[in-house]
Amino acid sequence: MGSFLIRRLLAVLPVLLVVSLLVFFMLRLAPGDPAAVIAGNNATSEDIANIRAHMGLDKPIVAQYVLWLGQVLQGDLGYSYYLSKPVTALVAQRMEPTLALALGTVLMAVCIAVPLGSLAAWRMGGWLDRGLSAFSVAGFSVPVFVIAYLLIYVFAMQLQWLPVQGYKPISGAQSQGTWAWMRQLILPWLTLSTVYVALIARITRASVSEALQEDFIRTARAKGLSELAVLVRHALANAAVPIVTVIGIGVALLIGGVVVTETVYAIPGLGSLTVDAVLNRDFPVIQGLVLLFSLSYVLINLLVDTSYVWLDPRIRH
Amino acid sequence: MTSLNQRLWDHGSVRFGAAVLLLVLLLSLAAPWLGTVDPAAMDANVINQPAGKSGAFNLPDGTVVQHTFWLGTDNFGRDVYSRVMYGGRISLVVGICTSLLALSLGGLCGMLAGYFRRVDTVLMRFMDGLMAIPAVLLAIALVAVLGANVATVVVAIAIPEVPRVTRLVRSLVLSLREEAYVEAARALATPTAVILWRHILPNAMAPLLVQGTFVAASAVLTEAILSFLGLGLPPDVPTWGNIMAEGRVQFSMQPGNVLFPALFLVPTVLAINLLGDGLRDVLDPKFAKRVG
Repeated sequence: MGSFLIRRLLAVLPVLLVVSLLVFFMLRLAPGDPAAVIAGNNATSEDIANIRAHMGLDKPIVAQYVLWLGQVLQGDLGYSYYLSKPVTALVAQRMEPTLALALGTVLMAVCIAVPLGSLAAWRMGGWLDRGLSAFSVAGFSVPVFVIAYLLIYVFAMQLQWLPVQGYKPISGAQSQGTWAWMRQLILPWLTLSTVYVALIARITRASVSEALQEDFIRTARAKGLSELAVLVRHALANAAVPIVTVIGIGVALLIGGVVVTETVYAIPGLGSLTVDAVLNRDFPVIQGLVLLFSLSYVLINLLVDTSYVWLDPRIRH
Repeated sequence: MTSLNQRLWDHGSVRFGAAVLLLVLLLSLAAPWLGTVDPAAMDANVINQPAGKSGAFNLPDGTVVQHTFWLGTDNFGRDVYSRVMYGGRISLVVGICTSLLALSLGGLCGMLAGYFRRVDTVLMRFMDGLMAIPAVLLAIALVAVLGANVATVVVAIAIPEVPRVTRLVRSLVLSLREEAYVEAARALATPTAVILWRHILPNAMAPLLVQGTFVAASAVLTEAILSFLGLGLPPDVPTWGNIMAEGRVQFSMQPGNVLFPALFLVPTVLAINLLGDGLRDVLDPKFAKRVG
């Protein structure tokens, strides 16, 4: 068991190294001289040269990479030219809404998709099954922002049950309590869940229906267990690994969706920070955010791999 | 044994997907003759007209035409119907070009990785790293760096798709290279490039075609997302994403400017996805198992 985890951990390191190389060199292709941007319009060429030397931009590119990686490992993601703040401070400021959006979405999607997918597998070919596969195809074909505007149109504008957009913090001085926070997030959660539900439900259906073919299911039924116990304790428990895997892989989709959803609902999180950074050509922020999102994606999938150890006892041996 | 064409035709989602795509293609090609005006023309007198309203429209060359704004006009006084019709062109071009680019790059990398063991290790570590960056985010960062025109948008959307194609082709090559006919070719001292091109590539074509269809579907979606966020093609270019992005400001008064383009975008992506599902069923029944 220990060696499995160590192997997984070691496999992550080269991935992170490649990500850091890609992010560093990709943003190096960006047009414009960062030193000139920082120096401002009235700077002399000597000022610019000084800043360049100060930032290490006159060193060879490999040395610059090593320097940059060293700073990143110490938790320094650089400095935003546009907002005149360290990138880490900006990230800390914008973290709460994004976490609330993402965690709520995962929770909601799993609570909807796993029961639906299991029921569809249990009665394969039934109306729920057919409805769910139609929903899966549709879920992958409708862009997140179209879902968002449809929900806004129906629930915020026509029925007026929920607010159109905005965000209220859950805690702190500006907080108006948990209910106000939730009301703002219900539509974003629903929006972002759609594609995730399609993804998870499809895999749940496939892996539960495969588990239902096994001999131990027949044994469980023969012993007189209730259908619910057969489905949950025996079929679903044995289908857990692929389901958890797809939840991890789906985080990539989720991150893309967060950017769009935050923009539509005017949620001041990391996604809208990304869009603003691109519109302002604020390259250190883009660099920091791409690195941070990729790191979270890799680490979440490492966590998923770790969960196999207790989801599937066979891996332990 | 029925012919391949017959089996494709018999498959409902192939027929439906192909028909819808053909319709979108015809509509966008025939846009100039379908009662449209210049999609870039702005007339300050007809800002935010509701759908179905008729009125005079001033064209940039000074002529005035009587025109029915079937889908209304936008914030700048542009005819939404004309923009939606022309917008299909960009979506289809981006979808097809992205798919071709991702397939060629991924196909090349996959063949190299599958055939040359030494390239394999380095290249696949690189691809693992590339895959660790969420696709939409990578496309956004690439557009930020490269600037936005049709070519750079295609490149920015294609690059995140390359690792998946590479993995697919690599796994195909790994099994195909063990086939007797490849061994025979090698015994005849056939150059490796010829083996890859003449013996391996044709046998990898069916799964590649299926994968290419799915890449095209996600490319059309991603292009719309980039345009919608204001990071894609410049706002004056009529793309479905751009029309929706402009409609955002007026959404509470005129939801149509956001929702009408979606009525074209969603069926297009759905049709490509269905076509892909159908092609997979007919051409490559093992495909689902291999990927999943």
